[in-house]
Amino acid sequence: MSKVYFTKEHEWIKVDGEVGTVGITDYAQHALGDVVFIELPESGKTMSKGGEAAVVESVKAASEVFSPVSGQIVAVNQAIVDQPALVNESPEDGAWFFQLRLVDAGELAGLMERPAYDAYVKDLE
Amino acid sequence: MRQDPATLLQTPLHALHLALGGKMVPFAGYDMPVQFTAGILAEHNHTRAKASLFDVSHMGQVTVGGPQRAAALETLVPGDVEGLAVGAIRYTLFTDDHAGILDDLMVSNAGDALFLVVNAACKAADVAHLRSGLAGRAEIVELTDRALLALQGPAAAAVLSRLQPAAGEMGFMSFRALDILGASCFVSRSGYTGEDGFEISVPAAAAERLARRLLAEPEVAPAGLGARDTLRLEAGLCLYGADIDPGTTPIEAGLTWTIGKRRRVGGGYPGAAIVGRQLAEGPPRRRVGLRPDGKAPARAHTPITDLQGRSIGEVTSGGFGPTVGGPVAMGYVEAASARPGTPVMLVVRGVPREAQVVDLPFVPHRYHKN
Repeated sequence: MSKVYFTKEHEWIKVDGEVGTVGITDYAQHALGDVVFIELPESGKTMSKGGEAAVVESVKAASEVFSPVSGQIVAVNQAIVDQPALVNESPEDGAWFFQLRLVDAGELAGLMERPAYDAYVKDLE
Repeated sequence: MRQDPATLLQTPLHALHLALGGKMVPFAGYDMPVQFTAGILAEHNHTRAKASLFDVSHMGQVTVGGPQRAAALETLVPGDVEGLAVGAIRYTLFTDDHAGILDDLMVSNAGDALFLVVNAACKAADVAHLRSGLAGRAEIVELTDRALLALQGPAAAAVLSRLQPAAGEMGFMSFRALDILGASCFVSRSGYTGEDGFEISVPAAAAERLARRLLAEPEVAPAGLGARDTLRLEAGLCLYGADIDPGTTPIEAGLTWTIGKRRRVGGGYPGAAIVGRQLAEGPPRRRVGLRPDGKAPARAHTPITDLQGRSIGEVTSGGFGPTVGGPVAMGYVEAASARPGTPVMLVVRGVPREAQVVDLPFVPHRYHKN
């Protein structure tokens, strides 16, 4: 059974066993506006928690996507590179950015679960 | 730096922006819509396909009066103002003694006065510059009680003609005082998108009514500053403070065409000697179009190098061009690298990426043919 966690920087990570799938939240895509360019990490790359993993650019600006936890990249989603608008259409579903193999599941404890994230976002608005 | 929204100025259309779902951002001291609910891409595409309404009321509107007004203004700008016929508009520049650009502006000959439209961020300085520079020679009035609406796109003329048939008969870069919905407007057939269109100066009290009337036309949708920026970038038009500023000259900026023939010989404006020298010898660097080979946008301040990695300049505006369907940019490069077709490298996030110097504009202008 998978579980989803959120960061203050508006990434989500869905954890299945030792593999986490990472994307950006609906709040993030809405704040960015029309996404026009995505740069993803190389498969096999080692990420540290909070490190820059990907770049997402909207018409107006470029932003970094940070890795919510430490791990090794095992897959990236080429579909969003080819069609960046997918990030606006289904940010918390089909438009995932990358998958990584977690090195320390304990790092998840520092992240928010859905109710806490929703409250956090509500405070920002 | 975040500005407290309470200290920001509002245009006469502020309430309408909020009602239309505008995403408000601070811009030049004003609380302005960067986009509406459609988003920047849709607003951009709608402008190129039909017509969009932009609020540009934050810009400064100034009249210069008095019998010597044209000769007086020529002492501050390199444009030919004395040769400007009644009802004609010219794009020109305020220059300083080093031939740096203090602002870019539109000057219309309104018959009984010159009508100037200047940038929002520069307007206080421009008015002070006009008042001190033209003291005793011309009367300067800042029109703070007027809004400015830009109706831009291929359907703009058909739309505005329904409210005022005379507008559709205007030539491009022409100016007329016209009544629209009973309000005394100054209509310029000009714009900042590369498309046909109008800028309409309207009394503040009549602005929302006119805006709502235009938005009620089937071809018209609201657009924000985000689309205004992508449209002007594709049209190769300079953004003051990014592509031109006191550190750039008209010649370096590729704005030689704004300097009247008589003025190139006669001078008589700040920095004329430097402009004359750069005209004769060529400038050390030039503003150029840049087309990245890949898909990564190159934003302002991206370093430009030659193929050997030697620094040759910097991007001044750049991003994604919705009509082009890819990244586009403008910047300054050493004169030797300014020829279209020259391969260069743009260093985005520390990685050199291939790009080409190209002709501007990226999207051909579709101005009304007179």
